[in-house]
Amino acid sequence: MNMPTLTDSLQFLFAGLTNGAIYALIALGFCVVHNTMGIVNFTQVDLVSLGGMFLYSALFLFGLPMPLALAGAVTAAAVTGMAVERVGIRPSRSDNHLVLIFLTIGLSVILRGIMKLAWGKNRMAVPPLTADEPIRLFGATILPQILWIFLLTAGAVLLLIWIFRRTTLGLCMRAVASNADAAAVVGIDGGRIRMISFAIAGGMGGLAGALVTPITTLSYDVGVLLGLKGFAAAILGGFGSFVGAVAGGVLLGVLESLAAAGLSSAYKDVIAFGLLLLVLFIRPAGLFGSAKR
Amino acid sequence: MLEIDGISKHFGGLPALEEVSFRCREGMTTALIGPNGAGKSTLINCIAGTLNPDAGAIRFTGRRIDDLPCHRRPYLGIARTFQNLALFPRLTVLENVLAGLTPEAEQSFVKSLLRLPATRHRERLLRLKAMAMLDNFGLADKARWPASVLSYGDKKRVEMARALVAGPRLLLLDEPVAGLNGAETARIAMEIRRLHGAGLTILLVEHDMDLVMTVSDHVVVLDGGRLIAAGAPQEIRTNPRVIEAYLGRMSVTA
Amino acid sequence: MTPRDRIRYFFSSHRTGLSVCLLALFLLVYPAWVGNPYLLGISNLIAVYLIAVIGLNLFIGYAGQISLGHAAYLGLGAYGSALLTVHLGINPWLAMAATAVAVGLTAFLVAIPTLRLSGHYLAMATLGFNIVCYTVMMQWDRVTGGPSGLAGIPHLSLAGVAIDDETRFHYLAWGAAILVLTLGLNLARSSLGLALAAVAQNETAAASLGIQVHRAKIRIFVLSAVLASVAGSLFAHCYTFINPDSFTIFNSVELVTMVVIGGLGSIWGSLFGASLIILLPEFLHFFETFRDIIHGLIVVTVLILLPQGLVSGLKDLLRMRLLRKANNARN
Ligand SMILES: Nc1ncnc2c1ncn2[C@@H]1O[C@H](COP(=O)(O)OP(=O)(O)O)[C@@H](O)[C@H]1O
Ligand SMILES: [Mg+2]
Repeated sequence: MNMPTLTDSLQFLFAGLTNGAIYALIALGFCVVHNTMGIVNFTQVDLVSLGGMFLYSALFLFGLPMPLALAGAVTAAAVTGMAVERVGIRPSRSDNHLVLIFLTIGLSVILRGIMKLAWGKNRMAVPPLTADEPIRLFGATILPQILWIFLLTAGAVLLLIWIFRRTTLGLCMRAVASNADAAAVVGIDGGRIRMISFAIAGGMGGLAGALVTPITTLSYDVGVLLGLKGFAAAILGGFGSFVGAVAGGVLLGVLESLAAAGLSSAYKDVIAFGLLLLVLFIRPAGLFGSAKR
Repeated sequence: MLEIDGISKHFGGLPALEEVSFRCREGMTTALIGPNGAGKSTLINCIAGTLNPDAGAIRFTGRRIDDLPCHRRPYLGIARTFQNLALFPRLTVLENVLAGLTPEAEQSFVKSLLRLPATRHRERLLRLKAMAMLDNFGLADKARWPASVLSYGDKKRVEMARALVAGPRLLLLDEPVAGLNGAETARIAMEIRRLHGAGLTILLVEHDMDLVMTVSDHVVVLDGGRLIAAGAPQEIRTNPRVIEAYLGRMSVTA
Repeated sequence: MTPRDRIRYFFSSHRTGLSVCLLALFLLVYPAWVGNPYLLGISNLIAVYLIAVIGLNLFIGYAGQISLGHAAYLGLGAYGSALLTVHLGINPWLAMAATAVAVGLTAFLVAIPTLRLSGHYLAMATLGFNIVCYTVMMQWDRVTGGPSGLAGIPHLSLAGVAIDDETRFHYLAWGAAILVLTLGLNLARSSLGLALAAVAQNETAAASLGIQVHRAKIRIFVLSAVLASVAGSLFAHCYTFINPDSFTIFNSVELVTMVVIGGLGSIWGSLFGASLIILLPEFLHFFETFRDIIHGLIVVTVLILLPQGLVSGLKDLLRMRLLRKANNARN
């Protein structure tokens, strides 16, 4: 294998950053729910697929223009997230985390079943946000879609951080995260907060799905591997911290892409998850997490 | 019997115990008192191995135990109860008490898989022993109940039974009567007195001063992680530092 | 004791053993009763999965841990057996045993760092391990045959008789399953089983009673991996063909649903869970499209109504009712 040139490296870096941004969005969805409920929400994975599916339907079934379709897709994914919490999780009176995690796995199976039914099992193609003319940057070519991914991811992350730091809603969510019982005592409706956290998770996942499917393909299970890498990114970042989630996502994306370029693209996933396992063994709390489990 | 020698423990930089030293003599009941947050439970946790102290040494029958893992200590004869109940909620009362017999139970994986007659016989003996202990505490008729459905008082007694069933040499009791009504308190107090009479070494953390005064031979007072007084119950009752730090504050808040 | 009491006492104190004998008796005559190879094929699949599910239930249901990657051990067992017999021509029994030992060692090495992790981290680590194994099975095609899989795996044979039809495999697979069921029931009722349940419910209390928490988890994890490996080997030698699609994370999730539906911490529940999930597509023949939804709905409904799973949950409910009644009668 010959040494990759500088432009090649740049190309891989961009690809890595793109994936990293998507992982970061998904990781944030995992973190928000984890912070308010203390569980891993495996339906996150399907909310990603749903984002792509909704975008596809909005464009081709309802004939909406792209910006409206994107907004619609994200909203629909957010609403799905809320519905999942309200119908699937709230009725369970169990406070056993194991049971709740298995519950989200069951819900995830249902969501995939519904998607298979509604959109079929075939692979579909979604058009990018704007025209497909590649742009040249430092000798590397990148698609406009990739710039959109960077832009919208950054926007979503900033919006999320703003909500958490500056609004009453964010304050309530942080209160529930740090102590759910105390929050209930001061009159915060825990159920509502949990539903909102699922809405945010749905929105983040939906946006990730709507942004990434134009450069990959769309199918009912496209979100699974993406979503699990988002989960991995969240874990790398210490599971819970937003900054950690973004850093974990970008790190995973870039390392995976560089490893694929330098070693083997067939074993990309092996490298990504192998790396994660290694990190977990050496630093069980994640790269950016504190020692508490 | 038990020597606490310069034990310190910090939580994220904040000291919970600072250079605490005292001894529990064999066959004596030592009471550990102090206001909330004084570090009493932290000390119990250090002795039982649930927490590791940052500095200092703990000796039991002359042997250092502070570097032993938690699960080794019951084998030396150290048993404990928890301030906030730590029963196994889905196990039955009998099974909870049986878990206290772990040091005497079959440890071999292969033998457990095969369940040979010898293993079965051994299990039956343990079961009888656990039932006898439940009988002592008046819980025999609830042996098959899941622990989670018991009343608070019953749960406290199951924890005592679980700690005692293996016949420990040192018993660490963390607020055994907190939250109990008068009758239930009297029952536990009677049990503690009986154990004391039988010569068991006890370290008792308790806020109930009547209980402390009547059952203990020696009292140790902690405040803010420091040992501020130690002596016979009557001396402690009149010690001005204790009154100021503990009794005084108690009577103000009470 | 009157003779009647004595009989009743005998039945109540040996009910587990008698149940196992009854099941074994039923399975002994089952092939004679249903000669249909298709039906036997289904029940054989149940037996193979049951072996893995009992192991997983010991780990999830008794020890209260999480594994979303047990299909990896099933796959390692299947591929281990297949590679050793196809490429190296080793005797299938020997291959099966060697694979089980190797998988046990692998699981042990994986378990030491992994089982220090709690909840989510453990879920991630096991998932990650499954994805790694699956990708290797897919991509290392020179050895594993890649997506098209490995064919020509020899059947097992016993005393010169090849176990190559459904009836013969029925006796082998169910013999193994009953053996594992018995061992599982034994372990669950032993002091070690109690220790596992204690670890699941309160690690701090368990440790303070003398239970070696980490060691208990590792031992049960290794046992469950070895059982999965044996199940995988049986699978490979029964179908003589394997491909990576049987060992994905979705298969791991399916194994978990078998445990959850049957009942966390119920060995008999595993039998029920494995049977239900494998029989479900047969009942839902006409509803192929709704299969996943119904599958998921069953899991979700069970978890919401009886968080401990069907068999354990119903057993708990029944037990509480009986105890209440006994108590009322006394007062
Ligand atoms: N696990 C812990 N993490 C952080 N701080 C703790 C922990 N346990 C106890 N503390 C702190 O240590 C101090 C002593 O607590 P504790 O030993 O429980 O007091 P006591 O039992 O005398 O009421 C308190 O200030 C408490 O907040
Ligand atoms: Mg305390």
